[in-house]
Amino acid sequence: MTYFRQDIRLRAQEVVALYPQKRSAMLPLLHLAQEHDGYLTPEGMAEVAELTGTSPAEVRGTASFYDMFHLEPVGTYVVGVCTNIACLLAGGQEMLDHAASTLGCAVGSTSADGMFTLEETECLADCNIAPCVQVNHRFVRTTTPDALDALVDDLRNGRRDEEIPAHGTLIRVRRSGGLRAPADQVANERAVAHRAREERAAQEKK
Amino acid sequence: MTDTTRTTVSITINGRAIEAEANELIITAAERAGTYVPRFCYHPRMEPVGVCRMCLVEVDGPRGATLQPACYLRVSDGMSVTTDSEKVKKAQDGVLEFLLANHPLDCPVCDKGGECPLQDQTLAHGSGETRFIEEKRHFAKPIEIGELVLLDRERCIQCSRCTRFASEVAGDAQIDFAGRGESIEVAPFPTEPFDSIYSGNTVQICPVGALTAKPYRFTARPWDLEQVESTCTTCSVGCRVAVQSSQGRLTRVLGIDSDAVNHGWLCDKGRFAIDAIDGDETSTSVTDPRTRITEPMVRRNGELVVTSWSEALDAASTIVRASRASSFGAIGGAALTNEGAFAWERFLRGVVHTDNIDAQYGDGLDAALLQSLPRATLNDMAEACTVVVLSGDLREELPIAFLRLRDSVTKGRTNVVELVTGSSAVRSLARVSLPTRPGEAHHVAGAVAGDDSALASLGLHSQGAGFSEYELAEARRLIGTDGAGVVFVVGRSNLAEDSAIVENAVAIFARQFPKARFLPALRRSNVFGALDMGLSPGLRPGRSSAVAMARALGVAADATGRGTIEQLHALRDGTQSALLLLGGCVISNTLQRGLAEAALGAAAVIAVTGHGSASLAYADVILPSSVSHERSGTVTNLEGRVSAVFPKIVAPGSAWSDVAIASELAEMLGQSLGLDSPEHTSQTIEDSVGYPAASVMAAGASDGIVVGRDHTTTAAGTEDPMANPGLRSAELVGLSPRAGDVTARGDVPTASVPAVETRDVQIQSVPSTALADAYALQVVVSRRLYDQSAAVLGSPALADLIPHTVGMANPYDLDRLGVSTGDVVRAVGTLGSFDIEVVVNALVPRGVLEFVANTLADDGRDIVGRALAMNEAVIELRLESR
Amino acid sequence: MAVFTAPKIVSSRSEFADSHTLTRFLATGGFEGLRRALTMYPEAVAAEVDTASLLGRGGAGFPAGRKWSMLRKAPVSYLVINGDESEPATFKDHYLVEREPHQLIEGVTIAAYALQVTQAFIFLRGEFALGLERVQQAINDAYEQGALGSNIFGSGFSLDIVVHPGAGAYICGEETSLIEALEGKRGFPRIKPPFFPAAIGLYGQPTVVNNVETMANLPWIVSHGGAAFAALGLGRSTGTRLFALSGRVNNPGMFELEMAKNTFRDIIFDPALGGGIINNGQVKAFIPGGVSAPWLGPDDLDTPLGQDEVGAKATMLGSGSIVVMDQTTCAVRAAWRITKFFSRESCGQCTPCREGSGWLERIMFRLEHGGGRMEDLDLLMDLCDNIAPGLGWPPQQTTICVLGSSIPSSITSAINMFRDEFYAHVTHDGCPHD
Ligand SMILES: Cc1cc2nc3c(=O)[nH]c(=O)nc-3n(C[C@H](O)[C@H](O)[C@H](O)COP(=O)(O)O)c2cc1C
Ligand code: SF4
Ligand code: FES
Repeated sequence: MTYFRQDIRLRAQEVVALYPQKRSAMLPLLHLAQEHDGYLTPEGMAEVAELTGTSPAEVRGTASFYDMFHLEPVGTYVVGVCTNIACLLAGGQEMLDHAASTLGCAVGSTSADGMFTLEETECLADCNIAPCVQVNHRFVRTTTPDALDALVDDLRNGRRDEEIPAHGTLIRVRRSGGLRAPADQVANERAVAHRAREERAAQEKK
Repeated sequence: MTDTTRTTVSITINGRAIEAEANELIITAAERAGTYVPRFCYHPRMEPVGVCRMCLVEVDGPRGATLQPACYLRVSDGMSVTTDSEKVKKAQDGVLEFLLANHPLDCPVCDKGGECPLQDQTLAHGSGETRFIEEKRHFAKPIEIGELVLLDRERCIQCSRCTRFASEVAGDAQIDFAGRGESIEVAPFPTEPFDSIYSGNTVQICPVGALTAKPYRFTARPWDLEQVESTCTTCSVGCRVAVQSSQGRLTRVLGIDSDAVNHGWLCDKGRFAIDAIDGDETSTSVTDPRTRITEPMVRRNGELVVTSWSEALDAASTIVRASRASSFGAIGGAALTNEGAFAWERFLRGVVHTDNIDAQYGDGLDAALLQSLPRATLNDMAEACTVVVLSGDLREELPIAFLRLRDSVTKGRTNVVELVTGSSAVRSLARVSLPTRPGEAHHVAGAVAGDDSALASLGLHSQGAGFSEYELAEARRLIGTDGAGVVFVVGRSNLAEDSAIVENAVAIFARQFPKARFLPALRRSNVFGALDMGLSPGLRPGRSSAVAMARALGVAADATGRGTIEQLHALRDGTQSALLLLGGCVISNTLQRGLAEAALGAAAVIAVTGHGSASLAYADVILPSSVSHERSGTVTNLEGRVSAVFPKIVAPGSAWSDVAIASELAEMLGQSLGLDSPEHTSQTIEDSVGYPAASVMAAGASDGIVVGRDHTTTAAGTEDPMANPGLRSAELVGLSPRAGDVTARGDVPTASVPAVETRDVQIQSVPSTALADAYALQVVVSRRLYDQSAAVLGSPALADLIPHTVGMANPYDLDRLGVSTGDVVRAVGTLGSFDIEVVVNALVPRGVLEFVANTLADDGRDIVGRALAMNEAVIELRLESR
Repeated sequence: MAVFTAPKIVSSRSEFADSHTLTRFLATGGFEGLRRALTMYPEAVAAEVDTASLLGRGGAGFPAGRKWSMLRKAPVSYLVINGDESEPATFKDHYLVEREPHQLIEGVTIAAYALQVTQAFIFLRGEFALGLERVQQAINDAYEQGALGSNIFGSGFSLDIVVHPGAGAYICGEETSLIEALEGKRGFPRIKPPFFPAAIGLYGQPTVVNNVETMANLPWIVSHGGAAFAALGLGRSTGTRLFALSGRVNNPGMFELEMAKNTFRDIIFDPALGGGIINNGQVKAFIPGGVSAPWLGPDDLDTPLGQDEVGAKATMLGSGSIVVMDQTTCAVRAAWRITKFFSRESCGQCTPCREGSGWLERIMFRLEHGGGRMEDLDLLMDLCDNIAPGLGWPPQQTTICVLGSSIPSSITSAINMFRDEFYAHVTHDGCPHD
């Protein structure tokens, strides 16, 4: 019996297989757990612990280090507004204040209808289109209050569903090719290549 | 080029040239040279992490002198280190100021106030005035992160000592850092509290008052504390401890860093069971372990009444006189000091002339066999290339021995081969696990020793041997041919099977691997001292069996007396009429509660004890004795290490020492034991049998002397006040000699102990134990740290941790049998049946139903007792739905 | 006036809207560099990179060829690509992974071949949802093209690349922290020594960590030769570089320019580049290479955009991101916001960084929002000095990684350059600009 849905569990196992050590799958698995529940539930974290061979406390400890992981429920849309230096110079703080009034929730909280969570973010690396706004980690490039309001209206009415999935879903492109080669095969190829290199080096010396 | 074979390098510290060990940390090299570098996160028993940055010193390098963490950087030849420059001072003061910025100013109400390294550092170096005028970080007040530990997050300085201890040392990563930056906090998982049996160590090593122990919290102020170094007698590991009291009551026990024994760590039972010593003043029932027995009592008209010593001794002597030697016997003694045990042995053999003496409760191993084995020390185990474990769960029975083994395995020094009978934490350490069905340990031992017929008898079993040829070969390879460098840890892996099975296995190992050493895993406090003092049928003081002595003297050996179980049968049947109980409760200690109750009910019972117990319901005379931390003397641990115990408090009421009680009782019978006092007894032990009791007492607080081993003197250690803050109260940082170290160890004379003779081990045949059918499970009875023993029941904080009686089984079997965890099922044996809740436990081997002895249930003990009563050797039960 | 003679090396497809597709990639010389590399000895490929003198584009500017040469003899190693891009005002890698993901995969494969590494990881900032999808798609495409996986293009060389999503923590851009995150842990940087990735990296094995942009240069270098690359730029600053310009300019954006040939004045004022200050304003100050770098002022505008040239000004070109402040900008507010960033992003291991950043942020907040005191200036400077003793450049460290020693940059710059503004904040009991 696993807590994750069958499809998530399968993807999780695929992810674990990509790494030489299973703990390495921690962050991708936490993203999956978040896709499963919208945020990190204790059940989800416990399952990640089992999959990565760690303790639940270690999973929680690791997850809570990272801003993208939410240990409490969040809205369907997590709206992030950057107020770091480049955006600050372009009115980021004002945009954040405006977002709070449009969404009806204070920074760091979720709107009453559970639709939106507003976050003040650090630089999102899109500083030429400032102030920068992300919804569920998609760049929406709305730099004016009016554009933001229009976006919120779109979100409320499901007009951006295609482009912006509910919070938690991060990567929708599945890996299609070449799961990690078996370790011994890789080691073998590496040894062969290494030997060839040494031979060549020896020849070149001559 | 650096010469990697060199073991020392030259470095300079503050311009002074010193020798350092190659690859040593700067902090330890400096410390040995007398330069103390301040620190918070560094702990000498854990890997350095270099995070608090308090230990920054200047180190010359290619780009000039840079600030480097002394706790992290290792010395290299020619390195130049400066610890006293202006730059270093400014950096260190800066770190200290940063640490204090958000630290609350609640020292006056903090448990750690007065013994806090942060406070000490601040007093010593801080500017005295804070430049931080902002609002400090706030967290909700203390939160409970486990049953025994509270966390005050505001006080935490993020040194990660506790989280590192949990994952690195204990292997119980139930707490970890959560959050990032300023909001980092120590946190357990919401649904999984910090219930490690080692949790108290995190409190001990926390350098501030962030972690506090629930039992200790607010019980004393550090400056009231008095301290003595002693030996923990909660189990037979005998950890070195500092015992502290305040106003005449025990307040706290801290681990002392002994290289030989516990490395500073303690288990929570050893740490928190002190509540059981003082007892609960409001408790008066003699059957309650929380009751302190302070006055002599005798039974009059069926009621126990308080009386005078002379009347009580008179009543006791009447009982002794009324019974012949063969109808008198004694059970218990593992809780005594060696001196107490020696006195009672003299009384029993010299005055009463009985050999019906047993310090074990039918759950141990043959004492003469154990004494004949070449004994290993804990350090031998930690340095062994291979450790073979055939015992109950070491973590539950001898917690610090487990930590020592774990340390050795995680550092890659030691491989573990495990004979698996029940669930055990040793599994996580084992290189090879050989499933061993109940009743077959001797066959598996034979197979390991290369005996093909033993292997064949496993193969004859319907399910064959539980391990593959490959695993067996690997185990054999790790053990080698003669056992050189191998330590066998041997104890009762399954209390439900005949002890002869493990004894046979041990005998096979001893014969086949002559160079191996053995660490016996009996857990009861001073059981090894009691046996060495002769409290077992056929033994004599000084660890030489009567058999061996008789042979040496050329005379016939004594007819041996009755052990505990035989005595209980004899009492019930009327063959024996009187019983002397020495310190322990025979009813809660034996697995066969019904038998014990019937036996005591039929007998005249004299109980010498400090605490109430179920057995006292049957006592005719109760003689109050002083107990741990109230008496001085010596104890002997599983290694055979004799070390001293010192009193910290005075026994309440009119309790006497066991030496005094035994002597006075002998006087009443018109004889003298010739023992004046515990000190005189130590001397007598040493004079008469060469056992180093007096030498150890003379040495004061020390790691003691291992009997039968060449005694190498170790230099007295220095106790880093930062490693275990609280060990000495209110010391400013600076090196202090190890707490309580009153005498240099070099003064301890080497004791001459009679050479131990290896016994000819007889291998008895034990019936083979095929399972009746595929639906039957075989019963394994194991132990847990927290059970209904007096120490746990008497400690309020621990009593809540005693588990309930359940039957544990492997998920495979539960699946197979269609039983889910939590189901109550009927267990059917040949002689009856009972109902039991079944719980899944993946560590339980397949085919096994495991019970924990002495746990809580409506008829808890009876379940195990009844299961045992159903078949004497090995039990099979079928699970049926009700 | 700016010089535009150099070819576009890493952003050559920027004019195409479909630059992220395999079709466009193949139509514009995709995999040519890789195919050529596979005909060469691995050592020869590395030698080209050495000749190119390609400086790492992640911030520290260490020559890639030299870094590799330390590893080529090691029998086991991993290649890890740093795409965490979180240094404020930096957005070049964002462009590269979203718009030219195949070029990145090609570059990584070339590097892996040169290093004879069979397993590479691309650590991508988690907030780049689209970038993560595009890079994964590019990997899928490359597998399909035979440009990844077993026996790449029949050369006998095999490589797997795994995209590893970050999860929102600036510190994971620091290479040892990134490795910890890749091992599934909190991003706590490791202590160097001994944990130099080249010695003890991922899973304790020798590991090369290179930035996304560094990798993106490789196809061109192999196709055109290291010498052609080295011929561009000046001195140690060879080739071109993506400069990210933001702040109070009319035309913020990302520009690929030849290194050291243009000045800050060029990039800020050239009509084809920054296009000057908003409302024809004046440059008050600018940050030359990410917020970890000390600020420069109007007098420094003619400094060339080269590693050593900027270094000579006691600051750094860092991640190549330039933030321009004009007269409307409050220096205290700017420095406060940057300090708040460091406080939020400190991993929390080291006391000076964890506590120091928080304390500094609180003082700066007070100065900006009211409650500032004259003595706060000395206190700020002294606390900064306790974090980075001497306050020189490059800073001295009291911490494990250089995030700690970067904290003082903005505060000391602001105080040194605009002390009067601080005084004004104190006397005004808050920001006079508000
Ligand atoms: C706090 C901190 C943050 C960093 N962030 C990044 C980053 O986001 N991306 C990056 O490529 N390098 C970053 N670096 C530099 C890396 O540690 C490393 O030097 C770089 O990835 C090496 O690649 P390169 O040689 O190709 O430049 C950062 C360093 C520090 C100290
Ligand atoms: S300097 Fe700061 S970010 Fe770097 S390791 Fe130390 S605490 Fe973490
Ligand atoms: S950094 Fe050395 S003791 Fe903490």
